[in-house]
Amino acid sequence: MPKAATIQKTTASAGKVAKNGASKNGKALGTAAAPEFADVDDAIAEYNARRSAQLAAIKKSDKKLLREMLYQMVLGRRFEEKCAEVYRMGKIGGFCHLYIGQEAIGVGSMMMLEPTDMVITSYRDHVQAMIKGMSPESVMAELYGREGGCVKGKGGSMHMFSKDLEFYGGHGIVGGQIGVGTGMAYAAKYKNSGQVVLCFFGEAAVNQGIFHESLNMAQLWKLPIIYICENNQYGMGTSQKRAMSSRSIARKAEAFEMANEFVDGMDVMAVRGATRRAIERARKDGSPTLLEVRAYRYMGHSMSDPGNYRTRDEILKYQERDPIVLFKDSLKESKVLNDKDFEKIEQEANDAVDRAVKFSDESPYPSEAELLTDVLT
Amino acid sequence: MAVLTIRDALNEALREEIIRDENVFVMGEEVAEYDGAYKVTRGLWKEFGDKRVVDTPITELGFAAIGVGAAMAGLRPVIEFMTWNFSILAADQIINHAAKMLYMSGGQFKVPIVFRGPNGSAYQVSSQHSQALEALYANFPGLKVVMPSTPADAKGLLKSAIRDDNPVMFLEQERMYGIKGEVPEEDDFLIPLGVADVKREGKDCTIVARSMTVPMALQAAEQIQNEFDVSVEVIDPRTIKPLDVDAIVGSVKKTNRLVVVEESHAFASVGAEISHQIMENAFDYLDAPVKRISTAETPMPYAKNLEALALPSVEKIVAAVKDVCYL
Repeated sequence: MPKAATIQKTTASAGKVAKNGASKNGKALGTAAAPEFADVDDAIAEYNARRSAQLAAIKKSDKKLLREMLYQMVLGRRFEEKCAEVYRMGKIGGFCHLYIGQEAIGVGSMMMLEPTDMVITSYRDHVQAMIKGMSPESVMAELYGREGGCVKGKGGSMHMFSKDLEFYGGHGIVGGQIGVGTGMAYAAKYKNSGQVVLCFFGEAAVNQGIFHESLNMAQLWKLPIIYICENNQYGMGTSQKRAMSSRSIARKAEAFEMANEFVDGMDVMAVRGATRRAIERARKDGSPTLLEVRAYRYMGHSMSDPGNYRTRDEILKYQERDPIVLFKDSLKESKVLNDKDFEKIEQEANDAVDRAVKFSDESPYPSEAELLTDVLT
Repeated sequence: MAVLTIRDALNEALREEIIRDENVFVMGEEVAEYDGAYKVTRGLWKEFGDKRVVDTPITELGFAAIGVGAAMAGLRPVIEFMTWNFSILAADQIINHAAKMLYMSGGQFKVPIVFRGPNGSAYQVSSQHSQALEALYANFPGLKVVMPSTPADAKGLLKSAIRDDNPVMFLEQERMYGIKGEVPEEDDFLIPLGVADVKREGKDCTIVARSMTVPMALQAAEQIQNEFDVSVEVIDPRTIKPLDVDAIVGSVKKTNRLVVVEESHAFASVGAEISHQIMENAFDYLDAPVKRISTAETPMPYAKNLEALALPSVEKIVAAVKDVCYL
């Protein structure tokens, strides 16, 4: 995990973000560094407008770090594709929510953390668990429900945990982890530990009461937490516009006088920049931030999703802004990595996924004695 | 021995544990500057300040979640619900999160938290403020449920609950905060969770009672003794989960008769569980069918006479004991 101190400025608009507190121009504080875009065409225009700044940021960044970021994105993509494949073979049971299309969010934000910082997330947790440092083997074996899984086969797809790596789990109740993450930040402040919390949730969780209850207390008590709303635009089969009276999620933070930013979730460097600004605020005086990171969920909500609520054209249009393709283009144009490097990264990722599958195939089922352990301590 | 009210015994327990462990803090609505809605936290904020005694907004789900997350990250929160009725707003955090965290993390994340506050009826506060919820929470693996009935039990059990590494639901009773009793003055007075207490020894009939129904059961036992020369044993499980089944079974094997008294509704209650345990473990020892006294199967009415009619009473207990003893 990279040290925060090594992180470079990634977008030219960083200075625009107001410090916590009312802004001078009467607009709400912490306004978005990037303008909000309404649709994919807007997003393309907005991305093109700030691309030169992004390329400059890439040039200033550590090459090894950039390579690792791309590797984590590719690993996440290949891992989830393999999950879909083995799910169809019946090797994974239950629910299985894939992260494909959202890799830039996990990589861009989590790779800004110190190892001691805490992360909590929703049930779409496989890739984030790996970015925090869990092995593909332990995540895949958990999906298989095997002894070698990170929680010994007791949690499955939605419940990856690692206490050693400060990964506080994937959680299955929409929005529940927003409150728990706020409590983790409360503990960090109580202990004066210097830790920050990254708390991930989808846009549909924003309609739950716990979102509003948590943000109120986080701002009231100045808790060091970064709420990352991964707006993949669909809560199961219900699009945001059918479920939310307002378009902007970022600006909901203003009701709590909380700093906020709207972020292009297909641009890993933009996510990184916004996270860096949020972490600085959190470490400085414990101020929380809400980031609305707009992405697009390529796959169904889960593996059993028929997908009849959106068109193939819509999906294809968003896939033109694929986060891995965008990042590769920029790395290539900046002469940081070339096609040969990309091939090598693909190979490494495929090998890692193959090892995870082999490990999981060979890992035994949990012993029957495990049924009754870990209920109470 | 000092003579304390249950309220002050709880206050002492909180105070001692706050002093003992820097990770213990008390959080809830009106617990700090207001001194507690029922004054259980009286004086603590003045003594320990904002960090250890924390007022919250009225946001039960939110502050229950703060407690769960803080406990996962190493603190020992004591979360007060002004009454357990309001815990229903926080049920997702208690049931879906606190209760399951250890299991679904494969034993990695403990949640050492106490949720506490008054449970059951008060005086004419009607339907939404008069519910006894122990059976609800006792139904979920991963939670402990505690219900003290004396000042000594209140203190010793709360201190143990705070030191326990599991989520503990600590259910007090609003009508009982003023009850006085002797509390040992030893430095570190603890009562282990999961151990029943014989509140009165007897040989002819067992009453299992908890919380508010313990004093009622003792009064009924006295009355039966005087009127009929029948000796009634009163067992207080004190901890509902884990339940000290052995103590109850042992008593019934001696007396051959059982009456269970509880403030909750009868259907799927703790009393139903106790009755089942007796059927399974002491069936051949029973000389009469088990009797239960519970609150009427209605929301709690406001009118004084109807409220009294709905709740368990000494008279109802006496009648039940007479039934099982064929008096």
